Amino acid sequence: MATPKDSIAFVAEGTLPQLDPPANSVGPVKWLRENLFSTPANTLLTVASFYVIYMILGQVLPWVMNGLWTTGSLSECREILQGETGACFSVLTERWHQLLYGFKYPASEYWRPNLAVVLLLVAAAPVLFFDLPRKLLIFTALYPFIAYWLIWGGTILAPVVGLLGFVGAGLVFRTLGRDNFALGFIGAIGAALVVWYVGGALIPEGASDNAVLQAVPSRDLGGFMLNLMLGVTCVSLSLPLGIALALGRQSNMPLIKGICVVFIEFVRGVPLITLLFVASVMLSYFFPPDSTVDLFLRVVIMITLFSSAYIAEVIRGGLAALPKGQYEAADSLGLAYPEAMRLIILPQALKISIPGIVNVAVGLFKDTTLVSVISMFDLVGMIRGPILASTEWNGVYWELLGFAALLFFVVCYGISQYSQWLERRLATDHR
Amino acid sequence: MTTLTDPPKASFRLSMLIYDTRYRSLTFQAIAAIMLALCIWFLGNNLIQNLRAAGLNISYGFLGDPAGYDINQRLVEYDSQSSHAKAALVGILNTLLVAVLACITATVFGVIAGVLRLSNNWLVSKLMAVYVEIFRNIPVLIWIIIIFTIMTAVMPAPRDFRGDDATAGMVLDLFAFTNRGVYIPMPYFQNGIFANAAMNWILVLAGFVLSLVITRQITSRANAKQEATGVRPRTLLPILAAWFVPFAVLMLVMGLTFEVPALKGFNFKGGIKVGGPLIALWFALSIYTGAFIAENVRAGIQAINKGQTEAAAALGLRSGRIMNLVVLPQALRVIIPPLISQFLNITKNSSLAIAVGYADITATLGGITLNQTGRAIECVLLLMLFYLTASLLISMAMNFYNASVKLKER
Repeated sequence: MATPKDSIAFVAEGTLPQLDPPANSVGPVKWLRENLFSTPANTLLTVASFYVIYMILGQVLPWVMNGLWTTGSLSECREILQGETGACFSVLTERWHQLLYGFKYPASEYWRPNLAVVLLLVAAAPVLFFDLPRKLLIFTALYPFIAYWLIWGGTILAPVVGLLGFVGAGLVFRTLGRDNFALGFIGAIGAALVVWYVGGALIPEGASDNAVLQAVPSRDLGGFMLNLMLGVTCVSLSLPLGIALALGRQSNMPLIKGICVVFIEFVRGVPLITLLFVASVMLSYFFPPDSTVDLFLRVVIMITLFSSAYIAEVIRGGLAALPKGQYEAADSLGLAYPEAMRLIILPQALKISIPGIVNVAVGLFKDTTLVSVISMFDLVGMIRGPILASTEWNGVYWELLGFAALLFFVVCYGISQYSQWLERRLATDHR
Repeated sequence: MTTLTDPPKASFRLSMLIYDTRYRSLTFQAIAAIMLALCIWFLGNNLIQNLRAAGLNISYGFLGDPAGYDINQRLVEYDSQSSHAKAALVGILNTLLVAVLACITATVFGVIAGVLRLSNNWLVSKLMAVYVEIFRNIPVLIWIIIIFTIMTAVMPAPRDFRGDDATAGMVLDLFAFTNRGVYIPMPYFQNGIFANAAMNWILVLAGFVLSLVITRQITSRANAKQEATGVRPRTLLPILAAWFVPFAVLMLVMGLTFEVPALKGFNFKGGIKVGGPLIALWFALSIYTGAFIAENVRAGIQAINKGQTEAAAALGLRSGRIMNLVVLPQALRVIIPPLISQFLNITKNSSLAIAVGYADITATLGGITLNQTGRAIECVLLLMLFYLTASLLISMAMNFYNASVKLKER
């Protein structure tokens, strides 16, 4: 009997081994086909993009690679390069200190702003990263006074009196504010003012002359350090002010609401430059006749007012985004307004507003370059003023502007990446 | 017998001003009013004393005095004998000019970059991400200075265009890019219907309005026919004709000609000169704000639920109509409010003109006029008033738009 095996020429026994997929549908080739060359239009776009990248890199790379770092002037650079393309980065190495600290800051004291920046990172760390021990916040609270003393020097009594004012205010608030918030609040402001007034009178005349740290006039700080100090000071001052303005705008007291609305809309309606004009030419008319408030402080006041209006609007958005039930829950627990805000509303509203606040902070930090318009020598002011006007470096545009752009990019991009990390970190809703 | 008793009439005690919620808000507002009045009194008093000490007063009479300085970039007649008020007007027009130009180009850049960032071409979307991040994270002032430097230090001087061994040439023989500005051909009418050149341009504008009206007519008729019969008549050719015919007829009748700039003496003559500062400001504001607009556009398109596109596809719409009829109308509602606040930012950022010497309102009224007359308070107040008015007008437009596209709910 013939088995099928004998009568049929071929019978498959078992399955064939699987073949690899075609080469053009796996690995890098597949990726290229899908992402770069999927349609003719896409191919065209890809080729155009490669051309753009090639053009930009082809110009920039040789220029950076051939860069000179150690010459003394632009003409020396040109001599060495002999007409070849190449950057003259020596301006950065030679004017490094001017770019960072301005041209008047005493050279022997550069370690002070450096130390202040390092301490700033330490002080900012517990605010930025919640996992760090909360005790570090004590240092953050002390930091403004330490930084003031480090950068501007002079008698240590001035920052100490400033600190004592806050300590006094805190003590008064603890005793008076226990049963009545408003009373404690007003008492705290009064206490701080009294301490500052008495303390200011007690600091002897000329205490700064032989201080441990040589006094540096505020006008002498310049360069990137000025941008950094303006940015940090104004953002941290405008946060509490912005919260107060946002709460004021939500208030049901017509007068307080009116004041806040007019202030916020006015400030948001005018460009920062006009406010800086106010600081430089107009504000001194509004101070008592024989007082001299220096330009740095006037600029800090105006930029703080400016950014507080924007922060107030961001926080108002956060307050409005909270469900009404949260407000009603706080009321039904019997919490008074300050407690309801402090314990229930603000923690949630501020969390929602974090991305907006960071946006305002980044924008503000970029806007600190505008002070160069009212002839303060920040990074841009230093580049356009003393450095480009000097005979050695007249004409070194790209190296200097590129350096400034890079510096701002690194800081601003870093901050925005941090804010995105924080958003993910704080996302407590389940998705 | 029942008697209605009045609620207990607690006699008013002073402590109720703080502890009773009925009176507390009055107390707070009274305190606020007193503080406000004290502040105003303090500042006003200081102001009066300082002004008296400096021998000044507040007066706007200086606006009528001759300004005594020249302005290169101007849209209306102005010379150094004109008044400060006229100089301010030139500045206002210049501000509006650069703001409008930058709004248009920033929108174009932003929309292109925003759409390309969503492209499924990996390289293009990454390239656009790099563009957005670079331009958003570097101060606009630095961008203005960089482009101004390109305009003044990189562009060839007019003398480089001269002779046989010229190192620079005109683009298409029409445009001259020099370090003194860009010269472009100036269109004008050889035999205009009106003697006044401006009237002729208004006529051209009227022609465009006519085209617009005809186009709307054609579309609404096509819609009506589609409603009635289900077949949409072809509208492409009539619409093209409606746009092209009136324009072509007007141009032919009035004899449109271009005056091409030409090198005469040490500089280019003829054509329209667009100054370097204007271009620097315009272009820098456009690419900087364009990066922000790109993010708004991307967010707006991504905000539309994917189900909307799929539902439209399931109904059998083609991709072009899905975009036009389903996605864009919804995305625009998300995109336009932030877009308008970007326009507001452009208007405010145009005040950076003072850094490159473009004669906008900040540079004329807040710069030279302020320094010449020393009238700091008056000048800064007028300056703020102008920007405040512009901002309020723009946000009014935004509120109007928001109200008109608001979802109509029951």
